[in-house]
Amino acid sequence: MDGFYGGYGLVGLLLLVGVLFVTVAFVANGLLRPTVPGGDKTVTYECGVDPVGEGWAQNHIRYYVFAYLYVVFAVDAIYLFPWATVFAAPGFGAATLVEMFVFIGFLAVGLLYAWKKGVLSWV
Amino acid sequence: MSVFASPDVPGFGSDLPIPWWLLLVKAVAIFVFLVVMTLFAIWWERRVVARMQHRIGPNRVGPFGLLQSLADGVKLALKEDIIPKAADKVVFVLAPIISVTPAFMAFAVIPFGPEVSIFGHRTALQLTDLPVAVLYVLAVASVGIYGIVLAGWSSGSTYPLLGGLRSSAQMISYEVAMGLSFVGVFIYAGSMSTSQIVAAQTQYWYAILLAPSFVIYVVSMVGETNRAPFDLPEAEGELVGGFHTEYSSLKFALFFLAEYINMVTVSALATTLFLGGWHAPFGVTSFWAGANHGWWPIIWFVLKVLIALFVFIWLRGTLPRLRYDQFMRLGWKVLIPSSLGWLLLVATVRAVNAQYNLQSRDVLLYGGAGIVVILLLTFIPDLLATRPSEEPEGEPEWDAMAGGHPVPPMPGQSRPVLTGARASDDDDDLPTEDDT
Repeated sequence: MDGFYGGYGLVGLLLLVGVLFVTVAFVANGLLRPTVPGGDKTVTYECGVDPVGEGWAQNHIRYYVFAYLYVVFAVDAIYLFPWATVFAAPGFGAATLVEMFVFIGFLAVGLLYAWKKGVLSWV
Repeated sequence: MSVFASPDVPGFGSDLPIPWWLLLVKAVAIFVFLVVMTLFAIWWERRVVARMQHRIGPNRVGPFGLLQSLADGVKLALKEDIIPKAADKVVFVLAPIISVTPAFMAFAVIPFGPEVSIFGHRTALQLTDLPVAVLYVLAVASVGIYGIVLAGWSSGSTYPLLGGLRSSAQMISYEVAMGLSFVGVFIYAGSMSTSQIVAAQTQYWYAILLAPSFVIYVVSMVGETNRAPFDLPEAEGELVGGFHTEYSSLKFALFFLAEYINMVTVSALATTLFLGGWHAPFGVTSFWAGANHGWWPIIWFVLKVLIALFVFIWLRGTLPRLRYDQFMRLGWKVLIPSSLGWLLLVATVRAVNAQYNLQSRDVLLYGGAGIVVILLLTFIPDLLATRPSEEPEGEPEWDAMAGGHPVPPMPGQSRPVLTGARASDDDDDLPTEDDT
């Protein structure tokens, strides 16, 4: 458990403990819970009314627009993080700063465009 | 030592042979901490909200009702498990697992305290530290969103589907603002490793030095955890229970667990990044030199996390839920642009600072000016927006039978003045026996 991969190994250890926890919980739950099948209990819940049609409905495109915007800004954040850590180190001067201004400027224009197009206002 | 090993993360390199059982103890300790915190937070929330609403709250099971949430959890696990007929069974079962496991994992990089001695081994009170620890927390938090959206989809029901979609749109929107609020911290700490960030806050907490970042983080952490006033995915009046409407028994308990663990995680992250981590609050070290050594820092850490959790509960007890369009507008039109502007300002101040060796006092001054400027900037969209005037000038006259039903006058409308018992005969607006 050392070095670069050791750190991730420990994360894996935690994942393993987590999976173990869930497995034990599910096994215990399966052994202890009552099972009384039948009746209307497996009908989709619609506040007491019998459900009409399928639960899977078509959805408005607006959700996908936000997903796209998220991808843009998540990539932006990933790009910003390493920049932020080395930024103050000697050897990275005003040029580094201006480059990031240009990059964020482009992003800001994109956000403004989406804003102007009315994508950001939820209807 | 691998070439990838980060030389600037002490205590986690190859120089420290930690026995495997100690690592296992730490991993299990994190689990126990999170589960206990969840049980405590549920009880605490119920007690505090009860207090705010002039009620008593749970007080039957155990001292002060402390064991109430444990009893509820056990009861929930002993309930019959129902999988709806319309559900996609595999995904339906997998969703709570996908939701809860990453919630546990995020805590691996949170530092509880400095190096201590456990059975003769010097080791930090932190399971592991990565050079990109904060990025890792963001990454595993995003995996949890899959659990929610899959739960909503696999239920095969309308309410969970809408709740899951809302939830994912909400969480990805606020995650952007959250990620951007971290950049200021990285600029000042010069590292993404949590232990380094805590070490960099020995003198100033970043909550003070980077106040706008902290404010943006606090708002987005509430949005990220789907808590009131941003609990739109679970808006009871609209969506029943949101994504977990169809869940019961242990699976529901796991979602509940995931939600509360996420609350603890974002609180711990706020503590680590902005509130000085495990460092004692200001002034404590002046009369107690040992406050930052040994096992004591755990107290400060837990105390800060509990205060952050109290803020969550306080918000829930105080604020009404936002409308979805208001919520999205806040995220995309206020938090993200002001975040971007603020981080450019921080970067500029930092560059000028490094160039001309300015004092921290000046930095704070610039910071204060920046807050004011950004706050003013956020008002511009509001000023420019053309909104329908709240009160239309000419109030429409009261129609007693609007929509085919007898209705009372709306605020601002007045009932026609009636004089005498027979006056209603001349009034066409009022329903009388002659009309029917």
